[in-house]
Amino acid sequence: MAVLTYREALNRALDEELARDDRVLLMGEEVGEYDGAYKVSKGLLAKYGPNRVLDTPITELGFTGLGVGAAMAGLRPVVEWMTHNFALLALDQVVNEAAKMRYMSGGQFSVPIVFRGPNGPAEYLASQHSQALESYWAHVPGLKVVAPATPADAYGLLKSAIRDDDPVVMLEAEMMYGLKGEVPDGEFLVPIGKAEVRRPGSDVTLITYSKPLWTVLEAAEELARQGFSAEVLDLRTLRPLDEEAIYASVRKTNRCVVVTESWPQASVASHVAWLVSRNCFDRLDAPVELVSGEDVPMPYNHALELAAQPNVPKVVAAARRVLYAEG
Amino acid sequence: MAEKLYMIALSPTMTEGTLARWKVSEGQAFKAGSVLCEVETDKASMDYEAPKDGVLLKVLLAEGGRAAVGDVIGIIGKAGESPDALLAQLSPGAGGAGSKAGGTEAAAAAPTVAASAASASPVPGTAGPGLSRPVEPPVAAHAGPAPSSPLARVLAAELGVDIRTLRGTGPGGRVVKRDVEAAAAGGSGGPAPGRAGPVPAGARPGSGPSSSAVPRGPTGEQTVRMEPVAGKRAVIARRLSESFFSAPHYYLKRTVDAGRLLALREALADPEGRKPSINALLAKLAAAALAGHPAVNAGWKDEGAGKASVEYRSRVDIGLAVALPDGLITPVVRDCGSKGISRIDAEMSDLVAKAKGSGLSPEEYTGATFTITNLGGFGVEEFTAIINPPGSAILAVGAALDEPVALPDGTVAVRKRMRLTLGCDHRVIDGAVGAAFLRDLAGMIEEPGRALA
Repeated sequence: MAVLTYREALNRALDEELARDDRVLLMGEEVGEYDGAYKVSKGLLAKYGPNRVLDTPITELGFTGLGVGAAMAGLRPVVEWMTHNFALLALDQVVNEAAKMRYMSGGQFSVPIVFRGPNGPAEYLASQHSQALESYWAHVPGLKVVAPATPADAYGLLKSAIRDDDPVVMLEAEMMYGLKGEVPDGEFLVPIGKAEVRRPGSDVTLITYSKPLWTVLEAAEELARQGFSAEVLDLRTLRPLDEEAIYASVRKTNRCVVVTESWPQASVASHVAWLVSRNCFDRLDAPVELVSGEDVPMPYNHALELAAQPNVPKVVAAARRVLYAEG
Repeated sequence: MAEKLYMIALSPTMTEGTLARWKVSEGQAFKAGSVLCEVETDKASMDYEAPKDGVLLKVLLAEGGRAAVGDVIGIIGKAGESPDALLAQLSPGAGGAGSKAGGTEAAAAAPTVAASAASASPVPGTAGPGLSRPVEPPVAAHAGPAPSSPLARVLAAELGVDIRTLRGTGPGGRVVKRDVEAAAAGGSGGPAPGRAGPVPAGARPGSGPSSSAVPRGPTGEQTVRMEPVAGKRAVIARRLSESFFSAPHYYLKRTVDAGRLLALREALADPEGRKPSINALLAKLAAAALAGHPAVNAGWKDEGAGKASVEYRSRVDIGLAVALPDGLITPVVRDCGSKGISRIDAEMSDLVAKAKGSGLSPEEYTGATFTITNLGGFGVEEFTAIINPPGSAILAVGAALDEPVALPDGTVAVRKRMRLTLGCDHRVIDGAVGAAFLRDLAGMIEEPGRALA
């Protein structure tokens, strides 16, 4: 089994899908001549040519709309956003066109498209470029939203997303592109809508997704040192949610902490916390805890920037609260 | 900060109490767990233990006075603190003070902290769920049932623990899973203040009312020992009372010749000589007889607002009353109609062993559609029993005794005779219906081959 970086895993998935299906194309800012802002598309222009790998102007609304139209016309575009912060400009095309086309055309059109790019804070990027915006997408019926945290899932979920007949938004992370992990050599798909238990445990369920998974796994390790067995559930898909996996875990442990780097209000995590409170009520021994990004614009000052994000002490403290093991 | 000291429920049924004696005087310090006062409840004189360290700032209920649960009986706090602010609040006419306690009182006790959390400002470090913590009301003596987690409530019901008797170890005195488990295990985990008071040293909690002798008073004078009822005993008491006082019971008695049944038992011995229990045989025969009398396998379902239904069941699930050192339980063998005697016997003996050992899970002792109770082993000839809901009938089995019997030819012979008493819920089973069932069951006991007919 090869050890790949997250970016190499994405590149391999794109390469295989471009080769497999000539309707697949990649478009976005700097994806061609520059090999991608984060080098995810390295070598693809050279291999597949300018009809399959398209550099676009710096006009998110424009090229996202171009992609939606191409998808309606029968192609299977992968639209790379340089970051999800910039995708805010394209909200109308995603929310009003891609997500609604199948419904409003009475099934005459489907929009088999993937929107992908890095999401969430990196470092030193200040308020406007350090946002975890998954709630914007996960809010919308008609979209699927995936947030892989490992190279293998990045590969398998991107391939599933490209083959899906409906629009899929994929959340990556700048800080994860260099993350290494084992990726099976043979071709495989990771199903959309399936969570994964990353670490089994019995005392408390820690639910998370995307980059914070690594913080949460460290926190679980620390909790183990303190004598608590934490189960870590990686959602992997934010819409549709794998509710069965969530409930199975919480009903086993009776305690739940949801961890996200997004803001707390109206977030995927607060929704998960509500689902757990609603559907596991009689199996809960403590109120569900939420560890989120702080409810502030991201500070530029690096110490404050780190303090505004979930970290191991915050996750451990929240877990100890639901375990009634404070102090 | 000065706090109100409330009259709390010192027994599950206590609604008010008489202050027998203050053990701490005004101005005196006390430790958490020490006795603040003695309170006479509806059942006993109980010790009211201090919920935390502090000083008794003011006595508001004089010795001999009565107070309802939730009334303020004193003010506690730290040394040097003044009770005046709370006294002003408690005095008549001080806007909405009253003396009833509740969660709002506890929250009001921490107004400054709560206010600062409520005025969340978008400044890192002062607000937001990650950095700040939701403010819990301070742990204080509270009125009424303690707060409890949903899981704790479910577990308490499953384990037969009366959650109202527990003092929680969670924030704000919340009763949580570990408190219920500790109580169910008979541990000391969070008993309510005063619960341990009247039990004499050496008496094991839950060891049953008959197990520890009452110390004798001088020269034959009557002395008593009060043992608060909680946990499994309380559940048994409540369920039996509910059954006996809601279901109109009547009893049918019949004596059967047990000779063929006992012979069958011998005949079914395995090569090692192990024989099925009489109760397993009776369960099988009862299931066979019940097949022809669905009403006896049915149950009354109150649906509220004066409505009710009778629930008829396709399966015969037979409960067997089993005595435990601290109560009784009825393990249930499911679907006795479709199981053979040896299987019923094996499942029954497994369940009985488990009931006496590690304990049964709720699905193993609930939902019997018919129940058998057998005191023959104690030499009891006949007795009546209380119906075990959701069933509507219970068969009380006496000892099989040698008795002279007048035979049809006018001679007298000695036979094994066994007395059966069928208790029925008249709402579901009319007398003739119960009698027809008992006739068929008696016929099968006297000639087990009829169960095959």
